[in-house]
Amino acid sequence: MSTRDLFALLPLLLIAASAVVVMLAIALKRDPGLAAGLTLAGLTAAFLSACAAAPIVPRQVTSLMLVDKYALFYMGLIIASAAVAVLLAYQYFEKHDEQREELYLLLLLATLGCAVLVASSHFVSFLLGLEVLSVSLYGMVAYLTGRRPALEAGIKYLILASASAAFLLFGMALIYAATGTMEFSNLREVSLSGSPFILLSGIALTLTGIGFKLGVVPFHLWTPDVYQGASPPVAAFVATTSKSAMVALLLRYFYLSGALRNHAVFLVVATIAVLSMCAGNFLALRQTNVKRILAYSSIAHFGYILVAFLAGSTMAAGAVAFYLVGYTVTILAAFGVVTILSNSGQDAEDLEDYRGLFWRRPAIAGIFTVALLSLAGIPATLGFLGKFYILAAGANAAAWPLIVILVVTSVAGLFYYLRIVVALFSDPPEHAAPVEVLSRGGALVLAALAILLLWLGVYPIPLLDLIRTSVAGLN
Amino acid sequence: MILIWLLVILFVAGILAGIAARWDALLSRVIALTAIGVDFVLTAGLWGTDASAQKWIAEVNWNWIPSFGIHFHLAVDGLSLLMLLLTFFLGIVSVLTSWTEIRERVGFFHFNLLWVLTGIAGVFLAVDLFLFYFAWELMLIPMYFLIVIWGHERRVYAAVKFFLFTQCSGLLMLIAILALYFVHHQVTGIYTFEYSELLGTHLSPGVELLVMLGFFVAFAVKLPAVPLHTWLPDAHTQAPTAGSVILAGLLLKTGAYGLIRFVVPLFPNAAHQFTPVALVLAVTGIVYGAVMAYSQTDFKRLVAYTSVSHLGFVLLGIFSWNQLALQGAVMTMICHGLSTGGMFVLVGGLQERLHTRDLELMGGLWTAVPRLSGAVLFFSMASLGLPGIGDFVGEFLVLLGSYRISVPITVVASIGILTSTFYALRIAQRAFQGPNPHPWRLSDLTPREGVMVAAMIAGLLWLGLYPQPVLNTFQPALQNLQHEASATTAALRR
Repeated sequence: MSTRDLFALLPLLLIAASAVVVMLAIALKRDPGLAAGLTLAGLTAAFLSACAAAPIVPRQVTSLMLVDKYALFYMGLIIASAAVAVLLAYQYFEKHDEQREELYLLLLLATLGCAVLVASSHFVSFLLGLEVLSVSLYGMVAYLTGRRPALEAGIKYLILASASAAFLLFGMALIYAATGTMEFSNLREVSLSGSPFILLSGIALTLTGIGFKLGVVPFHLWTPDVYQGASPPVAAFVATTSKSAMVALLLRYFYLSGALRNHAVFLVVATIAVLSMCAGNFLALRQTNVKRILAYSSIAHFGYILVAFLAGSTMAAGAVAFYLVGYTVTILAAFGVVTILSNSGQDAEDLEDYRGLFWRRPAIAGIFTVALLSLAGIPATLGFLGKFYILAAGANAAAWPLIVILVVTSVAGLFYYLRIVVALFSDPPEHAAPVEVLSRGGALVLAALAILLLWLGVYPIPLLDLIRTSVAGLN
Repeated sequence: MILIWLLVILFVAGILAGIAARWDALLSRVIALTAIGVDFVLTAGLWGTDASAQKWIAEVNWNWIPSFGIHFHLAVDGLSLLMLLLTFFLGIVSVLTSWTEIRERVGFFHFNLLWVLTGIAGVFLAVDLFLFYFAWELMLIPMYFLIVIWGHERRVYAAVKFFLFTQCSGLLMLIAILALYFVHHQVTGIYTFEYSELLGTHLSPGVELLVMLGFFVAFAVKLPAVPLHTWLPDAHTQAPTAGSVILAGLLLKTGAYGLIRFVVPLFPNAAHQFTPVALVLAVTGIVYGAVMAYSQTDFKRLVAYTSVSHLGFVLLGIFSWNQLALQGAVMTMICHGLSTGGMFVLVGGLQERLHTRDLELMGGLWTAVPRLSGAVLFFSMASLGLPGIGDFVGEFLVLLGSYRISVPITVVASIGILTSTFYALRIAQRAFQGPNPHPWRLSDLTPREGVMVAAMIAGLLWLGLYPQPVLNTFQPALQNLQHEASATTAALRR
């Protein structure tokens, strides 16, 4: 392994190192501010090193990791969203008495797992990254041990994630048995020749594992409970960082192996996409809990992403990346609002908590409105351009049935986003509890996210160019 | 450049008006009024410039998202010029009519009002299909807020229905736009959303019909054409007066404008093929709207249904495929904007005084509010197509044109006009004549209302008695569009 290889891996090394540093710091002195600060510093360093590594990639570092611009782009996205989650977590746990330093440790480890996933080109690194991510997430989801829903969500996630990991492992074993290789790129030649039953079963089982992490139908059952039970910053992390990493991996896995060219695999993924779009949007209609609404909507959003993914044209990888950036920024903003409005006793999750918010705290409600409109795909937001890009990718590949379903289900989606917006703008209840004055830091983060949503929604050229160069090497 | 300013002024004034209300509600109203007034004057100035030589009177074209071939391209011809004038005129009316009606959350109200006008102006200005869609969707959000915050009893239901209908049809149009975009790329190798370049794109007949339908549905929902109209009575009834004025006067016109500007020139063959269906939809709308209007007891709902009827004439005119009918359609669009806008202003004023819209509770108002009643009578006459008022010119031209392609359709449409007499007279009789069961003691039109209504009446009379200047303005634009449509047809025959 040369120094250049190490330099390419520097983001990963830095995240791992900062996890150790944070651990030692906690051992010496319990101070949430210090732990959060060190975590942020580590993430910033990792982000900068990812930028710095851009000129020397692509490099295949051992047979496990492929660091290219694609991987670096997603590492940047993951690290940035993790950093926002750290900021939100700091805001949120300030109001709580629990020991809150270890959360940052877990968060760093989970981020490390994600970063490994986006760079992996081999089943071993895939599994390693996934397990590092999952194990840290169990702890994060159940972090508020005093709350029943958090524990329930943690246990649920633990059991389902372990089961899906077992499926995944079995799938990998089957693929290895059929092909004798564990590298994604070596699968290419094999999977094109015919469709041996064992190989197909292997691919189907690995899809189970991936689908579980993405929370797409029929592997979505954990999503609402975990979103509801976990604290909002953790839910934001689960919704953005871990899912982005999984999408990046899915794309690389399928592009390198060429599995989508197999008709059966295509059909299965298409079915998953359609079911996710329908179930996500229609199940959200009857919810009154904002976190659960966001959970069901995320199921639908990953259905949309799969539509672009299926299009498989040159536009597809760009559309997926663009949509993920938009989705990440939007969801972070939405959960940021939930975080800021929550107090020590109760999270602000019921629709009633948001009634008339605009007339009491116009800025926060305005940001939430922008986030909801972005999720609904209304112009002048990043969400609209993302949806436009996906529709364009779908139309380019002439996947008409899929994009018509996307359009129809997303109209149903509008209905529940509007319900929240209506609540925000309706008359405030008579004896409303005063909304707590929020810290300046949290408000700044939210404002930055909202401005990013609008700015890139109107002027997306920088982001488009970045994505274009990043995904160019994927094929 | 001036076109950019039209949008920027409204956009910035919206933010300013929103902030200004923190200190003084009056300041917010004045800012809104000034901004729209400036836009009106600027646009009226454009009218004076002679631009018969070029295709566009004024134009701005910037690169926006080059990798997709998206331009920020605004342009004005005679047709869009008149639509813009109507937009800003009714914008001023909306601000004035809300002067006393809206007392709460004044800043946010004017913010939304100005932004909805920005979106509408954007729709009339855009000649890049992506930009058009952008503006098309953008005008929904502030409109939604206008209904949902300041509306009447069932406002949430009405607003959500309005939003879902328009959004769903809008997304279908987006798919159609994308289909056109990719087909154009397949044929020419160029990615562009540019209207003038997409004209004459070679589409196979089946594809052309499907793509045309995508556009048609979006515009038919806005227009509204009959099976897709159900959002309209609710939205119009529940919206505050300014919202109703903008909905009826402007938002419906964006649908008609879209048909004229995009559907006919881009897909002439498919549209020709579709003519019988469109004509049937048109006359169904005319008759259905009139009959439904007659049976309403809610005054605003009644006026809302008359819109369905009148916009049927617009659809009829567009799909009659001759200049005469098309001119009539545009004329009807302008006059309907004024007459229905005026009607909503008066009904809003009446509701502010009586706190009811129920016709059954009214009666004998003529003695109580003679000037207001007289004005309502005038707008009712406009609605039933009394010669001398603008609406008559429009509908008459449409009927003349449609007679050439189908006599039965024209006969049914004329029956629709006859029906309109019933509802117009019913308004006059029910509300203003007869005994006065509640001895209403009301204030008559205030000077503010008086000026607004007088301006609208003057406009309608001018359009009715001397429509030639207006006809001259949009005629070159319509001829251009027809020319492009036939060029497209010719290109396809080759």
